[in-house]
Amino acid sequence: MITEAVLHNHDVRGHDVHSEDHHEHHHHETFISKYVFSMDHKMIAKQFLITGMVWAIVGGLMSVLFRLQLGYPNESFPWLEDLLGKWWAEKGHITPQAYYALVTTHGTVLVFFVLTAGLSGTFANFLIPLQIGARDMASPFMNMLSYWFFFLAGVVMMCSIFVENGPFSGGWTAYPPLSALGDASPGSKTGMDLWLTSMSLFIISSLLGGLNYIATVLNMRTKGMSMTRLPLTIWALFFTAVLGVLSFPVLLSGCVLLIFDRNFGTSFYLSDLFVNGVGALPNEGGSAILFQHLFWFLGHPEVYIILLPAMGMVSEILSVNSRKPIFGYMAMVGSLFAIAILAFLVWAHHMFVTGLNPFLGSVFVLLTLLIAVPSAIKVFNWLTTLWKGSIRFTPAMMFAIGFVSLFISGGLTGIWLGNSALDIHLHDTYFVVAHFHIVMGVASMFGMFAGIYHWFPKMYGKYLNNTLGYIHFWATIVGAYLIFWPMHYQGLAGMPRRYYDFSNWESFKDSASINAFLSTIAMIVFMVQLLFLFNFFYSIFKGRKVTTKNPWESNTLEWTTPINPGHGNWPGEIPEVHRWAYDYGKDGKEFIPQDVPLGHDESQH
Amino acid sequence: MVTVSSKQTQKLHPHKFLMWVAIGSLCMMFAGLTSAYIVKKSQDNVIDVPLPSVFWISTVVILFSSLTMQIAVKSIKAREMQRYRMLLGITALLGVVFALLQVYGFKYLQNHGVKLIGRNSNPGASFLLVIIGLHSLHVLGGVIGLIIMYLKLYFSKIRNYSSVPIEVMATYWHFVDVLWVYLLFFLMYLR
Ligand code: HEM
Ligand SMILES: [Cu+2]
Repeated sequence: MITEAVLHNHDVRGHDVHSEDHHEHHHHETFISKYVFSMDHKMIAKQFLITGMVWAIVGGLMSVLFRLQLGYPNESFPWLEDLLGKWWAEKGHITPQAYYALVTTHGTVLVFFVLTAGLSGTFANFLIPLQIGARDMASPFMNMLSYWFFFLAGVVMMCSIFVENGPFSGGWTAYPPLSALGDASPGSKTGMDLWLTSMSLFIISSLLGGLNYIATVLNMRTKGMSMTRLPLTIWALFFTAVLGVLSFPVLLSGCVLLIFDRNFGTSFYLSDLFVNGVGALPNEGGSAILFQHLFWFLGHPEVYIILLPAMGMVSEILSVNSRKPIFGYMAMVGSLFAIAILAFLVWAHHMFVTGLNPFLGSVFVLLTLLIAVPSAIKVFNWLTTLWKGSIRFTPAMMFAIGFVSLFISGGLTGIWLGNSALDIHLHDTYFVVAHFHIVMGVASMFGMFAGIYHWFPKMYGKYLNNTLGYIHFWATIVGAYLIFWPMHYQGLAGMPRRYYDFSNWESFKDSASINAFLSTIAMIVFMVQLLFLFNFFYSIFKGRKVTTKNPWESNTLEWTTPINPGHGNWPGEIPEVHRWAYDYGKDGKEFIPQDVPLGHDESQH
Repeated sequence: MVTVSSKQTQKLHPHKFLMWVAIGSLCMMFAGLTSAYIVKKSQDNVIDVPLPSVFWISTVVILFSSLTMQIAVKSIKAREMQRYRMLLGITALLGVVFALLQVYGFKYLQNHGVKLIGRNSNPGASFLLVIIGLHSLHVLGGVIGLIIMYLKLYFSKIRNYSSVPIEVMATYWHFVDVLWVYLLFFLMYLR
């Protein structure tokens, strides 16, 4: 048993030595304490990663199912009914209630479970202690709780899929009245109760994790690791955690009010609506828009919670594999900071057409368009980092470059949407779907893949197979653009999102063939992800063994640990840091790790 | 780019730091609720609810409990374990009394015809219930923490004179105290 405090004391006097013999000699780990209720940040990271992967498959499969409906609305797939039952696929057609259940769960699962927990849960846990030079998190116990709350949230969400009336089906944003009123739709009953329970557990998990990440970064850096020497991954993960810790509680408040409206007859969000089959509601004076404010106050920072870790990892991977220092380190930190601040000031751009005061709307237009500035700085710096670099096109590097491409494409459409005048036409069309899938969904997935390919050797002491990696990359990026690019045109043509069937609309008859095409590509891309999964699990056991400590010749501290580090990370003392993380190609040396002392006439960085 | 801080030893204890960040997070939660209240208020359909005067008594109780908490921190630092244990108990007790007084306040409102929840409930009163109720839950959370610390004193075999856990606890306790005073004035003036 390791007591929390002992592990982390930084004062070098004696403590390190102390914890060291802890690890080497009396540390008996059982299967349970090593693989299940582990307090080792590296194991917790892997737990987050693999749970996230399971959810990615579930969520991805759901999208394949509803794309089946969108692409082939008139075709019947009898095997679907055999497989899923009548509620989901009557006579071989995805039913309307199933369609909405699938879209909603797909969105919730991908946004929260895969791209929040799976992404920052994995890499914040894995990289923060390793890259700042700490033996573990500030509180390994809270860290373990964080994972298990996430796990529970997943169990509850999974259960909600199997209840009688199906899971919640009012969209991942859970707007009232669909979310507040049990009678509003099948999924608004038990399904929504479970959705709320699951999300509450998830929020607790995120908060426990985020608190830990912040405290660890600020408090437990090794000697010499000043904030300005931190790798950009850590900066990004740090701002991610700050965003989460400040915005998730607001969602929790919104959910508490929702729970009261659902269960105790209050009127926070509900007013005297008339509901088919129920009649007029007794509620008075509630405002559904209030929920949107509370939701998007989290919701917008949430999209950056998803994106920032990817940005951080991409910065690091681009620099390592271009064998060049990152261009404009301080500008990169500053733009992360600006994005984090602005993320809290733009939420109403999701609400331009809710009857928002147009004057207020124009303030939000301005603030929204301001985000383009730090975003552009980042893009510029990534491109200049690549410029004239001696680039090594590893799979991780390919995904990192792919991320930059996707971020540019999706960011540009964001600027369209950020103008309230354009948004009147584009809101709730496929244009929005295209925008956020490219900039958030696919781009962050690419960041995550880049991270996995890059740090897999550190996680498992094995390499992933490169050939499979390249196939994975090319198929995914080509597929992603093929799927989401046409959606922009569909959206511009006015095709609304969240519609079950377009085939009986005269104006969208033409889009039938496009829809079929998109659905086919979506299925192929999904299959390719299975290839990646195969690569991942096969390589854990049978992959090529890593034989050097620092396979990518990288500067950061995680590569100074043994190939398979134990709990505590460094068998001896934690290395001291003498320089920033980006001394590539300096003074004729290809790379100089952070723990190498400065030479005589070397300038400090 | 040269702001090296090699002074690593004098940093705040990680657990104390964690508590401060958690407090920031809690602030956001109540900021969310109070802003929702302001928005609601501006829509002009919130019927005024008088604050029950028992809230003044609960205010005194929780302020006093902060005092006992502070003395508890002092006494563990002076290794006066007997007194420390007693003060822990008193503080926890005061926390429970506080929560009971809040419940009493809402009972009083109900008896005077203010509908907190259910059909035709008064949205202003519902807000009061949610905000104050959530705050009381946080006080009770603190009480549970205190009870655990109290029991640990009784049952653990090793004597532990570390004042870190109680200091972390005290920070939290003072926070919920200040939060209550803030909420009280907020609800008093913004009605
Ligand atoms: C220059 C930067 C960006 C601007 C100006 C921008 C603007 C907007 C606007 C105005 C909307 C609302 C569209 C509507 O519903 O009518 C929107 C939707 C969305 N954006 Fe962005 N965006 C930007 C970047 C991003 C990034 C980086 C992400 C994520 C990483 C993101 C994720 C989303 C999501 C998830 C939605 C849709 C949510 C939903 O309705 O389901 N955006 N964006
Ligand atoms: Cu947004």
